[in-house]
Amino acid sequence: MVRYSIFTLARNALTGHEHWPRAWRSPDPRPAYEVVIVGGGGHGLATAYYLAKEHGIRDVAVLERGWLGGGNTGRNTTIVRSNYLHPESAALYDHAVKLWRDLSQVLNFNVMYSDRGVMMLAHSQHDVHILKRHVHANRMAGVDNEWLSPQEAKEYCPPLSIDPRARYPVLGAALQRRGGVARHDAVAWGYARAADALGVDIIQNCEVTAIRRDGARVVGVETTRGYIATKKLGLVVAGHTSVLCAMAGFRMPLESVPLQALVSEPVKPVFPCVVMSNTVHAYISQSDKGELVIGAGTDQYVSYSQRGGLQVIEHALEAICELFPMFSRMRMMRQWGGIVDVTPDRSPIIGKSPVEGLYLNCGWGTGGFKATPGSGHVFAWTIAKDEPHPLAAPFSLDRFTTGRLIDEAAAAAVAH
Amino acid sequence: MSPARRLPQGGRIDRRRRLRFTFDGRSFEGHPGDTLASALLANDVLLVARSFKYHRPRGIFSAGQEEPSALVQLERPGGRRDPNLRATRQELFDGLIAYSQNRWPTLRVDVAALNDRLAPLFPAGFYYKTFMWPRWAWKALYEPSIRRMAGLGQAPTEPDPDRYEHRFAHCDLLVAGAGAAGLVAALVAVRAGLRVIVAEDDVAIGGWLLGEGSARVRLDGERPDLWLAQVRAELEAAPKCRLLCRTTVFGCYDHNFVALLERVADHLPEPPAGLPRQRLWKVRARQVLLATGTLERPIAFPGNDRPGVMLAGAAATYLHRFAVLAGQEVVLFGNHDGIYAIARDLRWAGARVTLVDSRQRPAPRLVDELRDLGCEVRTASVVVGTGGRLRLQQVHLTTRARAQETTGLPEVIPADLLLVSGGHNPDLALFAQARGRLVWEEARGIFLPGEAPWPVRVAGGANGCPTVAAAFADALRVAREIVIDLGRTPPSVPLPLVEEPGAAAIEPLWRVPMPKPRQRAKAFVDLQDDVTVKDLELAIREGYGAIEHLKRYTTTGMGTDQGKTGNVVALGLAAETQGTSVPELGYTTFRQPYLPVPFGAVVGPHRGRLFDPVRLPPSHAWAERQGAVFEPVGQWRRARYFPRTGETMEQAIAREARTVRQACGLMDASTLGKIDVRGPDAAEFLNRLYTNDWKRLAIGRCRYGLLLRDDGMVLDDGVGARLGDHHFHLTTTTGGAARVLAWFEEWLQTEWPHLRVYLTSVTEQWAAFALSGPQAREVLRPLVEGVDLSPQAFPHMSVREGRVAGVPARLFRISFTGELGFEINVPAGYGAYVWERLVEAGEPHGLVVYGTETMHLLRAEKGYIVIGQETDGTVSPIDLGMEWLIARGKGDFLGSRSLARPEMRRPDRKQLVGLLPRDPAMVLDEGAQIVEDPTASPPAPTLGHVTSSYASPNLGRTFALALVAGGRSRIGQQLYVTRLEGPPVAVEVTAPVFWDPEGKRLHA
Repeated sequence: MVRYSIFTLARNALTGHEHWPRAWRSPDPRPAYEVVIVGGGGHGLATAYYLAKEHGIRDVAVLERGWLGGGNTGRNTTIVRSNYLHPESAALYDHAVKLWRDLSQVLNFNVMYSDRGVMMLAHSQHDVHILKRHVHANRMAGVDNEWLSPQEAKEYCPPLSIDPRARYPVLGAALQRRGGVARHDAVAWGYARAADALGVDIIQNCEVTAIRRDGARVVGVETTRGYIATKKLGLVVAGHTSVLCAMAGFRMPLESVPLQALVSEPVKPVFPCVVMSNTVHAYISQSDKGELVIGAGTDQYVSYSQRGGLQVIEHALEAICELFPMFSRMRMMRQWGGIVDVTPDRSPIIGKSPVEGLYLNCGWGTGGFKATPGSGHVFAWTIAKDEPHPLAAPFSLDRFTTGRLIDEAAAAAVAH
Repeated sequence: MSPARRLPQGGRIDRRRRLRFTFDGRSFEGHPGDTLASALLANDVLLVARSFKYHRPRGIFSAGQEEPSALVQLERPGGRRDPNLRATRQELFDGLIAYSQNRWPTLRVDVAALNDRLAPLFPAGFYYKTFMWPRWAWKALYEPSIRRMAGLGQAPTEPDPDRYEHRFAHCDLLVAGAGAAGLVAALVAVRAGLRVIVAEDDVAIGGWLLGEGSARVRLDGERPDLWLAQVRAELEAAPKCRLLCRTTVFGCYDHNFVALLERVADHLPEPPAGLPRQRLWKVRARQVLLATGTLERPIAFPGNDRPGVMLAGAAATYLHRFAVLAGQEVVLFGNHDGIYAIARDLRWAGARVTLVDSRQRPAPRLVDELRDLGCEVRTASVVVGTGGRLRLQQVHLTTRARAQETTGLPEVIPADLLLVSGGHNPDLALFAQARGRLVWEEARGIFLPGEAPWPVRVAGGANGCPTVAAAFADALRVAREIVIDLGRTPPSVPLPLVEEPGAAAIEPLWRVPMPKPRQRAKAFVDLQDDVTVKDLELAIREGYGAIEHLKRYTTTGMGTDQGKTGNVVALGLAAETQGTSVPELGYTTFRQPYLPVPFGAVVGPHRGRLFDPVRLPPSHAWAERQGAVFEPVGQWRRARYFPRTGETMEQAIAREARTVRQACGLMDASTLGKIDVRGPDAAEFLNRLYTNDWKRLAIGRCRYGLLLRDDGMVLDDGVGARLGDHHFHLTTTTGGAARVLAWFEEWLQTEWPHLRVYLTSVTEQWAAFALSGPQAREVLRPLVEGVDLSPQAFPHMSVREGRVAGVPARLFRISFTGELGFEINVPAGYGAYVWERLVEAGEPHGLVVYGTETMHLLRAEKGYIVIGQETDGTVSPIDLGMEWLIARGKGDFLGSRSLARPEMRRPDRKQLVGLLPRDPAMVLDEGAQIVEDPTASPPAPTLGHVTSSYASPNLGRTFALALVAGGRSRIGQQLYVTRLEGPPVAVEVTAPVFWDPEGKRLHA
């Protein structure tokens, strides 16, 4: 792997950048791999990378139906935070936040992680109660989170309106300073390049069409590019997990719904952090390119279509214009949708499945991007050792049978 | 200063009136009918912008909405700032103030233009390869600098003073685009009697016929204006037709839900009184016809971005529509016949023209004709470079054969205008938004519309028609199909006879072949984001060849123009470079909106007061008069407490809470959700939803009901009353009203449609006033007719119908305070009246009116839960100690299976308990964590959290409710509660009921 740095950049500048190698190879699939990861999004690629890096398992293929990072990795609003309510969640997401810090250096690919701070607004006494509960809980879990008065919130984010006459005035905010944003595509590419350098085969345009079992064990997958044998199969395909698991012969407690987002035209720096409001329902940050990146809500109905209706966007922009009245004349440049795979308790599923050798990583709902490094890291461990990583153990599939749920919907301060 | 480039006559401008405007502080004049771009060009202002990345000087590239370069910032009175406006689309008005963007200190001298010199260091995706060391420097140093360099204009700083409207409309046919094809289709539809909406982005109908076409085309022997005027008159006179100019179809959503943006006042300094700035139309169309025409595409060659380089068709538009000759020494470079006519027009207007045709053998007739006019024509030649700093001064030419040679200098000719045309792409963005498939036509190198999933059709130029006559015929055919589809008879619409140049032959050319090495050569594909051919090649070399990767890695097509001119060039190039075909490579998704839409327009009137409806209970006006303090509870505004003069919140609540327990209190509980449940299967239905047994509830009795989700967790609670065999009245929490009704309906409609049950929300129909306290019966007695209030006749948890203050009423004997209580329900229209009668009747008994804070305090003293406070979706009835509410032997109900899971019985689940702080004056933080070891440092395990916490005047101390792991077995233990400031404090775990545990007062 040619190291990326200002020096190699300068050296290549002298030769017109004609000699840069491919960021990752484009190999044909081999007949068998020790581990096959289905899904070339951030989580799948990270899994492959950590398998090779931390567990010495380099005989790995990542199979992607389309192009790397084409699912939710390339469609989210890039927010990273770990101020989750339940200790199991906070631990898992904070594991990711810690990996985010050094990710650019570790991958030698600038993923532009910027801990600009994530501020969550309270608009009612109920919100205050819930967010303060987060602050208390996060502190005990060792996760930074602090309570801000409306004035302090405005100092942290000057465009914020804290007008007490507002329909839903800001009564305070919880701030996680270590939270922030990253460049979403770069995460997929960075992991792909680093995994490839360790020997992982990344195979795009390769759709899995069947999962082959020998009794209770998985033995391989049929793909559009031929049969691939493997004893360890990791599915990291978000909403399509239901489809693949049906191929393997079991059902998943997942629903898929479109979640929308939009960006404005780029403007000079105007918005310093990430602001989220669950009550008026919107979240916003500004990208390095200058676009306001705004997250909207989900559509009401289940769907695999990566698009959504105007009314959801309308609702999000109403909230944005309430919180930031000067943005009314900003213009929406592009809106899009992703498909979020949602579990009954709004927490992910990481771990083993009813089929031996088949491992699951899905159900990240609206919050998967932030978890990418942590998710890949604990999932790689789980596959390599055939037992759940301690941080992943609470997120097993069987919690829906036993009832030991980790309900983050409750915790999200969304009136549930 | 006389406008240097304005021709003495012609154009659609009103020369009698002059409009003054400024650009970067310099004053200029233009005319009504001008765009800002045409007025700037007329005044010989070529340099109008700096590019995004390299800060290269940029000019006006197009004459329409596809403009990638000429973005300016408008400043209007009242803090109305609009960054990133396309100068080519902004109509001129008197007093317009525009500024250039993305430059410092001035447009001519821009320090950041240094980037252009350093460009070899900044190839596509350079930022992924550097800025990684040292780690801290990304946020402290690199990112702030990148951010300052990025962005284009400046965001507004003032709240938007303008108003935006939303309109809803239905039609049989929506026509997008009022050019030749759209107009013919509209005529057909109107004459067939259909309801038609025609939306045109431009200020007037006509499309291409307004500019270039006006010179080129004759309809029935006349200029197209005559025909356009006739059509306009007919469409405007048709009662079922709505013609909307200055209106962009910006979004085609599912099943022909179409969003339009009408620019009502953007051509004025500010909106006239009574008018909005913009109007957003939401149209449901049975059929949609896209007559969106074509967009001219450029060719990539080095230096194709200088001010003075322009699309050929744009120059024709400036010439014919705005009477602006954009240059005197013109080089026209292209690959198709269409450029010959433009060359002729420019020549006639007085320019010297050199035409450079990349094709080997264009039709000799065209070449000869042009040469006869005194133009120079170079065939099999290409432009390989340009010269000039802030404006074009030279063009470098060579033959196609020699373009790739490294030796030999190209021919340099002086020029002040270089026109480029690589052909015309059907504009199918809206078609693709509607999920129509695009089909590649190799011969012309264009996409054509394929199949669409619902009735969306395409006609005219957008359907690949090369001429007006073809567009007319195509529109006629498609419109007839639509009319027939809608069950009407196609009318006869005679078409005018078209005289025009024939179809233009083309040989697709994406870029001029360039010699190696060519480090300094920048051939732009995306002018706004400064993406060059080399960038695309680099991305492909590095493996980002998938079209989405290419877009995201190089940012091509990701600017405010969304690649309207450059995308197909990038695609063609990418296919060529990878040795594959365009269809194999595919295309990126076309997203809404077609053109950027102000947030304000999307929001419409839903601002401020109208952001969300404010719901007010019947006592609101009275409470306001009393000086109550209010709080938002969902959409409701509820009285939080009623301070007397000089009282603090704590004092007011202490007084209210004490008085309720000692005498009595009145609270407006009308916000509670209320559902009227009727039908022969009502009891069965409720039995399946609630944990309780409703079949065994006697008529006239009430029951506290608990709703669980399917996972066994508490969803909501409330009181149900049986009013008849088949008739129940259910209450929900205030916040849960809509959710619970939706939950009921979902089960009724999707799982048990056979149950004969009818649900009606009556939240708004009934005012509900909670009267409680030892004196409650005495207060109520004089007002009540027809109900015996004695404990024997009207026991706790029962319902009676009668009259209160002369008004028909339902009386519920229920209580949320733990005192003797009545809830008086009267029709909401009588609410305010009855409320005041109750207050009067209470006066002699010392009645106090109390708000939500006191309500919360009193119920917590009694250990009553509040949904969303003691519950959060993870709490089961067992956790709450409410197992007694789970009816045995009544059969299945929602959540019952989940309750049977072993996990639910785990003794260490969090259970509801009370907490008494060791310091009786210490009010614990709601949400604070509960720990065993006060000295443990994080991360440390916690046992649970404080759900409710108050200072109680009735207990004479503070107390709290909490969910604690294994809480019931910890009663009597000492635990610790965290604080935001300071160390944890000690508390004693108790039972959760602090007041009247035996319930004597309740049953009084």
